[in-house]
Amino acid sequence: MHPAELAARASYGRLLSILAVRTHDLAGAEDALADAFLAAVTQWPRDGVPQSPEAWLLTAARRKLCDGARRRRTRDEKHVLLQADVDYAAEGDFFSDERLRLLFVCAHPEIDASVRTPLMLQTVLGLDAARIATALRVAPKTMGQRLWRAKTKIRSARISFDVAVEALPERAFAVLEAIYAAYGSGWEDVAGQATASRGLTEEAIWLARLMVQLLPEEPEARGLLALMLYAEARTNARRGEDGAYIPLSEQDPSRWDPNRIAEAEALLAEAARIGRMGPLQLEAAIQSAHVDARRSGSPDDRALSLLYGVLVQMTPTLGVLVAHAVALSRTEGPACGLDRLDAIESTAQADYQPYWSARAYLLDRLGRIDDAREAYDRAIGLAEEDGVRRWLLAKKRALGGATSPSDAIRDGV
Amino acid sequence: MRYAMLIYETEAGVKDRGDPEYQAAYKAYIKAIYDAGVAFAGSGLEDAATTATTFRLIAGKRQIEDGPFADTKEQLAGFLLIDVPDLDKALEWAARCPSTTRGGIVELRPALEQLT
Repeated sequence: MHPAELAARASYGRLLSILAVRTHDLAGAEDALADAFLAAVTQWPRDGVPQSPEAWLLTAARRKLCDGARRRRTRDEKHVLLQADVDYAAEGDFFSDERLRLLFVCAHPEIDASVRTPLMLQTVLGLDAARIATALRVAPKTMGQRLWRAKTKIRSARISFDVAVEALPERAFAVLEAIYAAYGSGWEDVAGQATASRGLTEEAIWLARLMVQLLPEEPEARGLLALMLYAEARTNARRGEDGAYIPLSEQDPSRWDPNRIAEAEALLAEAARIGRMGPLQLEAAIQSAHVDARRSGSPDDRALSLLYGVLVQMTPTLGVLVAHAVALSRTEGPACGLDRLDAIESTAQADYQPYWSARAYLLDRLGRIDDAREAYDRAIGLAEEDGVRRWLLAKKRALGGATSPSDAIRDGV
Repeated sequence: MRYAMLIYETEAGVKDRGDPEYQAAYKAYIKAIYDAGVAFAGSGLEDAATTATTFRLIAGKRQIEDGPFADTKEQLAGFLLIDVPDLDKALEWAARCPSTTRGGIVELRPALEQLT
């Protein structure tokens, strides 16, 4: 990312939060900030960059907000705005950084979970609705409406920009979850042709780093960053030169990024020292075990199956349940894995590709080739990415001698 | 909500129809979208340039022509009628359509409410 872009990104959320903290009006603050940035673009080259660009932008945006308030003749609002400076400076609260405040507002329980990720991307990073919509595979118009509704709610319900200390861990987890969702949008989209199609992985990592920095005592923030870095480390190794998908078990570990893995290992160790296990650290630990297994050439199936077993207790999502079933099948046999799949009480598997890949793999190992073929067909039909689709097609053709689509599952496919 | 999923293909995409890998991918896609209870009707269509026939009335006069009504780079290559909770879900299925990997385009059109 360009340094100027990074600098703007670092200021954006901070300024927006300061502007919106009293009025609760995110949309109004966004407009004012956009005007201020626009003024900067024309004035700075002419008059020189101000000594404190952030303060300049803040003053310019405040003036816009006051103008707006004056036009609407809401005297109180204007009063509140002018007062905000004073109050704000006097406050010495938990929020060492305004962006944390904003992240916590976006993850407020009153805000629908599905809109938290886009809201964060927009308010903290300033991404536009169209970009977010494409990355999260939503129609741009729909995304615009959802963001608008969320901001209206923050304003009308006067959702507090302060969070009680007791609510912190829970809210922090909601923030991390939303960041992880942003990462997921890019991880599934591994075609890696254009950077634009790489989803929001870079943004997610940026936000996770911010969380680690802002909440140093929260081990799950480190867990999330570690988890994403493990995945990022393998990005280049997941594709052959012809674009073919390469599962974890066939990847060349020398193509993994050692720096990212080292950083992830260090983060995980730091998180462990805090001494509070959580699902994100556990998922990172599973990634770490996979890395070890591939480097040493001896997978520790028992350890993996145990880790997944604990994860299932903490977060029984469909993805985790499927991965657990496959892990179990390696220690307890394919019949046990299939039983686990059959026991999943959800309707979401109807269009969940990894479920059908796992099913096909287990059926194949049980010698039920016809059933396996049918399950592969279902998985192929559900694949979004051409490399994965081709890989599954090859697996189907090779039916009879099983290798492991489970790799694709732990790869997040 | 019911949508028509209109699948457009380029000339190259239409030529690719003979490719066994592409056929297998399509077969699987159609199976998955029906098995998931999403599609309730649809069909692939023969090449428009060589098989389409167009009918219209011009100033009350019947006109029948060989070929599609509009000569465009992409042609309507097939359609599915689907029933999904929302546009998000419809887009998920559009993203899985194998045509899109061969330059194809998927257009989602909400169906008019039934008159009956």
